[in-house]
Amino acid sequence: MDLSGAEKIVIAGAGQAAAQAAQSLRQGGYAGELIIVGEEPALPYQRPPLSKAYMKGEMDEERLYFKPAAWYQDNKIEVLLGTTATRIDRAARQLHLQHGAVLDYDALILATGSRPRALPCKGADLANVHDLRTLADVERIRPQMVSGRRIVIIGAGYIGLEAAAVARTMGLDVTVLEMAPRVLARVTSPVMSEFFTTEHTAKGVKILTNTALSHLEGQDGAVSAAVLADGSSLPADLILAGIGILPNEELAKDAGIACSNGILTDRDGRTSDPHVFAAGDCASRPLVHYGRAGRLESVHNAIEQGKLVAAAILGAPRPAEDCPWFWSDQYDLKLQIAGLSTGYDTIALRGDPGERKFAAFYLRNGTLIAVDAVNSPPEFLASKKMIMTGARIAPEMLSDTSISMKEIAAKAAA
Amino acid sequence: MAKITYVSHDGTERTVEAKNGESVMEAAIKNSIPGIDADCGGACACATCHVYVDDAFMDKVGTQEEMEKSMLDFAENVKANSRLSCQIKISDALDGLRVTTPESQH
Repeated sequence: MDLSGAEKIVIAGAGQAAAQAAQSLRQGGYAGELIIVGEEPALPYQRPPLSKAYMKGEMDEERLYFKPAAWYQDNKIEVLLGTTATRIDRAARQLHLQHGAVLDYDALILATGSRPRALPCKGADLANVHDLRTLADVERIRPQMVSGRRIVIIGAGYIGLEAAAVARTMGLDVTVLEMAPRVLARVTSPVMSEFFTTEHTAKGVKILTNTALSHLEGQDGAVSAAVLADGSSLPADLILAGIGILPNEELAKDAGIACSNGILTDRDGRTSDPHVFAAGDCASRPLVHYGRAGRLESVHNAIEQGKLVAAAILGAPRPAEDCPWFWSDQYDLKLQIAGLSTGYDTIALRGDPGERKFAAFYLRNGTLIAVDAVNSPPEFLASKKMIMTGARIAPEMLSDTSISMKEIAAKAAA
Repeated sequence: MAKITYVSHDGTERTVEAKNGESVMEAAIKNSIPGIDADCGGACACATCHVYVDDAFMDKVGTQEEMEKSMLDFAENVKANSRLSCQIKISDALDGLRVTTPESQH
């Protein structure tokens, strides 16, 4: 389907993938109508600082925004904020918005993102029970981040642990509840889980694993305690839930576009409807280095898919696809992750967790598939390249700190 | 405030007004300077905001911290005047700064 003559492009969603797609379309020479429809009242902004520097109050709001308002005007990008897209009429190629407005499109980009999984228990609707996903969420949480208050964080994933680090640094009494036997269980190996547990515990965070929440109790409408499955009760002034996110795929699904834990796309971001594309958290894409489809919740993925979709619509060559990568900041630790470790059969450790500078490499059938690097950029960057080339490498060599990562990358056989 | 000039690898120049306290990367992103990707938004996590600093400003842009040093060690086409633009904070002293962007950030 050649869409290079498109004159009306609509982007549903106003996050990182949407902003990137809009920018890449204009940079690629697209001169037609371009409309972004965003549910939130804010122009597109960065999300990672929301659980890091911005939450801590170390970053101005202005610095969160990808572009100032003038940029959208200068680039003739219409941004409809505080507006929800309600329905896609694929036959008429129209996107319906709330209050009856209708936008025609030649190409529609679904960059609808994701939403936090809601706490499924009684008391989840009490005051001072929060999600952490949007700027508005942080505005609600931040005034409550007062030294001495008790915060209970539900879920020990990256969001939960990043928030725990911020809260502890701000002097709150922090408890993290996790149903699994270890923190970050869904995303990393036992060695990394143990490291982060040790770090948080040393900073005074209480981490309760194998612990399920039963419900929340309140007093005068505000949360007062988290009650655990064993009946014990933790007093709480505020609760933060970080129990995963769900793709916003309903708009596509209701229109009959193929979805399976995300809106299914081809390598160019095209959905089962050739006029409709999907990018970012909401999309499930072919992961070229891993031979399967998947949904990635990351900045890198949003940027890359934004670029891929723009190129596909313009009929431009497909941009190179990089190895998936992520990062997390907790206290003074920088964790950099390259690749996807799911399905590894061997771990090689390099450096010393005790020195807070080390990396865990993940291999499958002798091929490097992922790395978790703590305060170790060379390990991260070298691995990123080696994963892309499908490098086969002996775990003993990865563990040998007398050989530099540059030498290892040079020796790795593709 | 400082005027910063970004020179692309093919010689195209773009000059922008940048605010004190912002980074050279942020000023580039806000003004859509091509050649600076800055995928991590300034967290010093990605090395995609690599620039070459004009020699006249090398002693004014500050020095590299350990993290930046090792990130640059793995960037492509690194030179003696290479920096990550997210780590250069704009101040009046940088008025007139010229940086050149590499052909590719990968």
